[in-house]
Amino acid sequence: MKRGVVVKRGVMAKRVALNGAGLLVALFAAFPVYWMIATSLKPNREIFSATPRPVPTAPTLEHYREILTGNLIPGVTFLDFFLNSVLVAVSTVVLSGLVALLAATAVARFRFRLRTSFLIMLLVVQMIPLEALVIPLFLMIQRLGLYNALPSLILTYLGFSLPFAVWMLRGFVAAVPKELEEAAAIDGASRAQTFRRILFPLVAPGLVATSIFSFITAWNELIFALTFVNDQDRYTLPVAMTFFFGRDDTAWGPVMAASTLFTLPVIVFFLLVQRRMVSGLVAGAVKG
Amino acid sequence: MTSLTQAPETPAARQTPARRRRRVDRLPYLLLLPSLAIIGGLLLWPLGQVVAMSFFRLDNVRQLRGDREWPWVGLGNYAEILGDPFFLTVLRNTVLFAVANVVLTMILGTLVGLLLNRLGRRMATFVASCVMLAWATPALTGTIVWKWLFDDTSGLVTWLFNALPDGLSNALFGRADWTGYGWFNSPLMFFAILTLVVVWHSFPFIAVSVLAGLRSVPSDLHEAARVDGAGPWKVFWKITFPLLRPVFGILVVLSTIWDFKVFTQQFVLAGGTQDRPTFMLSIYSYAEAFSPPPKYGLGAAIAVILTLILLVVTGLYVRMVLKQEEAS
Repeated sequence: MKRGVVVKRGVMAKRVALNGAGLLVALFAAFPVYWMIATSLKPNREIFSATPRPVPTAPTLEHYREILTGNLIPGVTFLDFFLNSVLVAVSTVVLSGLVALLAATAVARFRFRLRTSFLIMLLVVQMIPLEALVIPLFLMIQRLGLYNALPSLILTYLGFSLPFAVWMLRGFVAAVPKELEEAAAIDGASRAQTFRRILFPLVAPGLVATSIFSFITAWNELIFALTFVNDQDRYTLPVAMTFFFGRDDTAWGPVMAASTLFTLPVIVFFLLVQRRMVSGLVAGAVKG
Repeated sequence: MTSLTQAPETPAARQTPARRRRRVDRLPYLLLLPSLAIIGGLLLWPLGQVVAMSFFRLDNVRQLRGDREWPWVGLGNYAEILGDPFFLTVLRNTVLFAVANVVLTMILGTLVGLLLNRLGRRMATFVASCVMLAWATPALTGTIVWKWLFDDTSGLVTWLFNALPDGLSNALFGRADWTGYGWFNSPLMFFAILTLVVVWHSFPFIAVSVLAGLRSVPSDLHEAARVDGAGPWKVFWKITFPLLRPVFGILVVLSTIWDFKVFTQQFVLAGGTQDRPTFMLSIYSYAEAFSPPPKYGLGAAIAVILTLILLVVTGLYVRMVLKQEEAS
């Protein structure tokens, strides 16, 4: 009996230790995100006070008001940068989704000679260090006369997001039972009709998931946006933010408010699709 | 015949096999055409271009637009880089940073993955959600927040160090007052903080992947080993690790590739491309090419060197994934 108590105490201690470690990990991972939001809601005197408060005692939206109504650069507000980013990201998503769907259908539905080569190429090009492509793509953009125009970024991000989009979508297309298409074909549907009425609606959820990844890729990108666009009113949000807080005494309140507005859409989208991210990246490493 | 799939048993297919085969053969290539054009034009062609550019002396944006000649210098750019002692500093920074970050990310990620597997359901969900937050945060804003945490007057870390008893702080670090301390001034401290930021961003992926791996192996093996009296250390190395070896292999390779070309976090933390002592290959290439005076050829040569290093690592990765695909 005494031994039983000792064992139980050991189990208890272990559980406490495990949960304690879990809390520490949660704190380390989530604290910066919390601190970003908390700071954005604090009035300046609280942000710059000698003893930081863990929770905003007098929450205020003044920093949000400041960045949304004030001009970061004469004549340009946060909203303009936000819209530039939205325009670039949404265009990338639409184009990349469309093109990827065609390729995914080819790979998932047909057996043809270059199929395996194409799949290998998809894997290989995803490993190209994009940082090494800034200089040649800058050359291409200059030659095409797209320098300082947002389409230069749409084009660039299309190239970056496409390989992963095809890789991911092919699984969704393959998951649609072939029998459905065959039945439609027997009923006399044309190939285009089968694609539009049967395959497309069934693949739509996968298309949404894929689109979110393309969106995040385009939304977060900094280096190319920094290099290909010169006029300040055409900056995307990440570029605007690096300029916005680059000065010596940083206005942390507005910076954290801007960071929060930039980050929240990504977090929401990300949480919707993160499961697929793991399975996509570790492609088949774990057998179920 | 109108089916998108090859289905030899449908009546339509049997009727006109020859015609059907011809159409089916062409369609997949048509569907691939836009993708091939984009991947070729925006990824593969530029990859060739960067190699080509590295053989020229390109100091003026007009040369890029095609208004001026491209003087051929052969391996001149490479000779200049490799002959510069600064390149060794950059290479050392890059390799040491990548190794440190891969090791730390793998250790922390694996520990968190194992932990998540042992926690109760509710606690595991809570911790995993928090971990996801770090993963989801964009590199840009994640880095900005860490920069704010290390702010030299009002940053939380500065306050924490100030809150240490003065005697202890003096004994450990040789100073008691941390207000105004330049956290980013010495290269070593800069890299330590950059490591913290990068590990914070990348350990969640490792943790979740390891967890997914653990969930896929039968747990009775672990229990049997534990009943036989094996400690956690032994269980991990004798059972978990061998079972998950393919997962670990891919994770190490992916992390290596990512940590070799860190750019955004460094650019934001250093506030641009002025901090030469902390340069790594990707930011070095960028700074040479785009900081005035521009040297596109030289930057291209550095980019080629970075690519060649990653090529070796990538070769390993592709071989692993292909092996997996074959096995499953």
